[in-house]
Amino acid sequence: MTAATPSRSRDLDKLLLRPGHLVGPNFEPGPELREDIKEYVKVLVVGAGGLGCELLKDLALSGFRNLDVIDMDRIEVTNLNRQFLFRLEDVGKPKAEVAAKRVMERVGGVNIMSHFCRIEDKPLDFYSDFSIIVLGLDSIEARSYINAVACSFLEYDTDDNPREETVKPMVDGGTEGFKGHARIIMPGTTPCFECTIWLFPPQVKFPLCTLAETPRTAAHCIEYAHLIKWDEVHSGKTFDPDNPEHMQWVYSEAVKRAELFGIPGVTYSLTQGVVKNIIPAIASTNAIISAACALETLKIISGCSRTLTNYLTYNGVEGLHTKVTEFVRDRECLVCGPGVLIELDTSITLRKFIDLLEGHPGLLLSRVSVTHRGKNLYMQAPPVLEEMTRSNLDVPLFDLMDKIPKDIVHVNGMAGKGDKKQSCLRKLRVVFNGIDGVTDVDMAGGA
Amino acid sequence: MAEPKTKYDRQLRIWGEQGQEALEKSSICLLNCGPTGSETLKNLVLGGVGSVTVVDGSKLELGDLGNNFMVDESSVGQSKAKTVCAFLQELNDAVKAKFIEEHPEALIESNPSFFSQFTLVVATQLVEDSMVKLDKICRDANVMLIFARSYGLTGFVRISVKEHAVIESKPDHFLDDLRLNNPWPELRRFAETIDLDVADPVVHKHTPYVIILIKMAEEWAKSHGGTLPSTREDKKEFKDLIKARMIASDEDNYKEAMEASFKVFAPRGISPSLQQIINDSSSEVNSNSSEFWVMVAALKEFIANEGGGEVPLEGSIPDMTSSTELYVTLQKIYQAKAETDFLAMEQRVKKILKRIGRDPDSISKANIKSFCKNARKVKVCRYRLIEDEFNSPVQPELQKYLTDEDYSVAVGFYILLRSADRYAANYNSFPGQFDGEMDEDISRLKTIAVALLGDLGCNGSTLTEDLINEMCRYGAAELHAVAAFVGGIASQEVIKLITKQFVPMCGTFIFNGIDHKSQLLSL
Repeated sequence: MTAATPSRSRDLDKLLLRPGHLVGPNFEPGPELREDIKEYVKVLVVGAGGLGCELLKDLALSGFRNLDVIDMDRIEVTNLNRQFLFRLEDVGKPKAEVAAKRVMERVGGVNIMSHFCRIEDKPLDFYSDFSIIVLGLDSIEARSYINAVACSFLEYDTDDNPREETVKPMVDGGTEGFKGHARIIMPGTTPCFECTIWLFPPQVKFPLCTLAETPRTAAHCIEYAHLIKWDEVHSGKTFDPDNPEHMQWVYSEAVKRAELFGIPGVTYSLTQGVVKNIIPAIASTNAIISAACALETLKIISGCSRTLTNYLTYNGVEGLHTKVTEFVRDRECLVCGPGVLIELDTSITLRKFIDLLEGHPGLLLSRVSVTHRGKNLYMQAPPVLEEMTRSNLDVPLFDLMDKIPKDIVHVNGMAGKGDKKQSCLRKLRVVFNGIDGVTDVDMAGGA
Repeated sequence: MAEPKTKYDRQLRIWGEQGQEALEKSSICLLNCGPTGSETLKNLVLGGVGSVTVVDGSKLELGDLGNNFMVDESSVGQSKAKTVCAFLQELNDAVKAKFIEEHPEALIESNPSFFSQFTLVVATQLVEDSMVKLDKICRDANVMLIFARSYGLTGFVRISVKEHAVIESKPDHFLDDLRLNNPWPELRRFAETIDLDVADPVVHKHTPYVIILIKMAEEWAKSHGGTLPSTREDKKEFKDLIKARMIASDEDNYKEAMEASFKVFAPRGISPSLQQIINDSSSEVNSNSSEFWVMVAALKEFIANEGGGEVPLEGSIPDMTSSTELYVTLQKIYQAKAETDFLAMEQRVKKILKRIGRDPDSISKANIKSFCKNARKVKVCRYRLIEDEFNSPVQPELQKYLTDEDYSVAVGFYILLRSADRYAANYNSFPGQFDGEMDEDISRLKTIAVALLGDLGCNGSTLTEDLINEMCRYGAAELHAVAAFVGGIASQEVIKLITKQFVPMCGTFIFNGIDHKSQLLSL
């Protein structure tokens, strides 16, 4: 036996350089693998909060050298009990920037690009650049958006199998108190976020008549002050949950109401919790879930071990329970399926096409922007781009698509009805009628 | 430190001020500060434990930079304990961070009394021999102990505490304590004052389901010789009777009553798990008994006497469709009963304390109150000495794991982790730790694993070649992501042990980093 020469990758090398039996199908152990991960693999971490901070550390110490992190938030005092890359003097600074800086200071050779912006602000090209996307988010909407972006790259071959080079893997984690989940999403193979959206039931809201007429709990009194009384008293002024004066006002109104009805339990802390829908969070759960996500990322990229299939839940409330569930894809999924089929005449203008999408019962899109093969055909925002693309509106879509008879088009817009609208991205299979090579028979299986 | 309350807000919402206070009073000792140990402590320092003491005798090597975030390049060659301690301190200046540059194995041998100063010891990356010795030391000194180990894509976490009693177990889903199957006189009398057939539709749809069910159950009993619905047909009929009392389809209170009708038929009395605690020999208290067992002894008397077979009432009710007035009145009736039950319990606790020669006021009102409120949910966890588990694991369990598909990888890793330590004791290195000779290491490890299975009384059981190969491939590597997972689990359990809230895991947790089918083994 020979003693190994000192190396930073002393431990990781055991996994990346040695052959194994319980490994991924494409595992090719050796120094080249290690170097390729360093040189060529780019990982995007979405979110620089409780999970994001852990993920950046875990990935930087798992052989990845090129990381990007995107987060729109600034650091708050209440982050400091778990977001270990931040200090008291960092409060108010962008999370993504501070997190990237701290990890680069500590782990030699790692390069982390930070993006202090909304995820919707980045063009599709930005996302297509990464080998894998790791999600450390606390909102369903943001997960749904990134999922749609990653799935938008997916293309299917003629046998309806996903084309490997278009598959953008995702690893997603989430926590609440002593509970959490980690999952891997291989678009086209394992269920995407949208296929299993039922795993995240919508938040239950109190009926307004309960708040107004028959309050029974402290939360009812708080929501009365927040949702009803505020608007009555402050006509036109929007309530800002981050403004301490606003919060204090809601609290004192809630106390008054509770006293009036003889309801116990209104506190300032509960008021904040109810109004901001605060999810309790601790360092240890975030550490566990992020570690599982980082490990799966390493395994997916390197093949050095079999992976999770495909959903892990952790619950530490009563004892310790971990469970792996193999969820299945929804073959009809609008997001990771082959795309909604839209048949058009070659004379249809871009403007008409957009109108059509707004009226499409399966899509219900508004404020639609359209891109084709990375080219912006029409953009609603920013104003400069809108102006630049406006003239396209009266041009036939067929011409804008370089007369390609059948192709994928990406549309971006707001989906849903009323106040439940959220930004979303949809992949469409646009087919032009009456062009050679595309027959009705060809289309039969696709819709 | 500015505004600790704000800083800890998100965790105070989980374990409250009392839990936080317990953390802030605790002193934690860490043995070995590789990534598993460093990550465990990181999570505890962030949460605000009182003090941490890092014990490690090694110097920082280049390889440590690749798997530990609590070190940096400029510290290579220096004390690992000192370096890690300094970086941990950065995370929270409210925590006292200390270090001792000494090998844990040496400390265990030479200075066992060292450990008695701590609330809890986190022992990472120890081999079997040291684990067994440390376990005895901590057990004798009444210091809580948790072992954590990361090894390639596997690892384990094991708590070792003689007994851990939990009052505030805070389960996620637990049936509310409404006593609809056994309402007490005041509640019955209140229900009598309310007319279900009230003409006013607004009043009708705001009668809480608790009242509806009590009255309907009474009606049923009158027409069924004093019994409650018991057969499936009875229960369905009872539900239909509720439905028939609705006067409009939008009466949520009646829908809630139908959904909750099972609470009327639920068996009276206490759960089997509580029965087991009450029957435990520790409830025969003496002058050395803990507060917990004194209160269990009082509970036992309460149930047999004024409780009439039931524990003290919890005293809170869930939200339900109701007028404010009826809801608040109902709330007060439940609270009053809970207060009466608490006073009875308090008297019993005092009497018992007096009987065993202790100060009758030595258990605070707040503690008795909390015990009463949580009486249905109390838990007791006990852990075998690690030596007992190692020498005589629970045979039926071990046999079950070895033949059960779901457990095969986890129990395989358990055997191989132990085999790796025997290997190290024989050959002064772990299997596959150094390059070359891999085949020889594999066959040696296999021989040891077969012998170990024999020692454990499992002759004839085998492990797969794949898993033995995999274990050698790991070569005792401590991967950061695995260490962060194992350390995360360890810190989670430490928090539960120190705050005495929630229920710590029982058994040995074996991490399976291949497909995440990790398992808890009860050996």
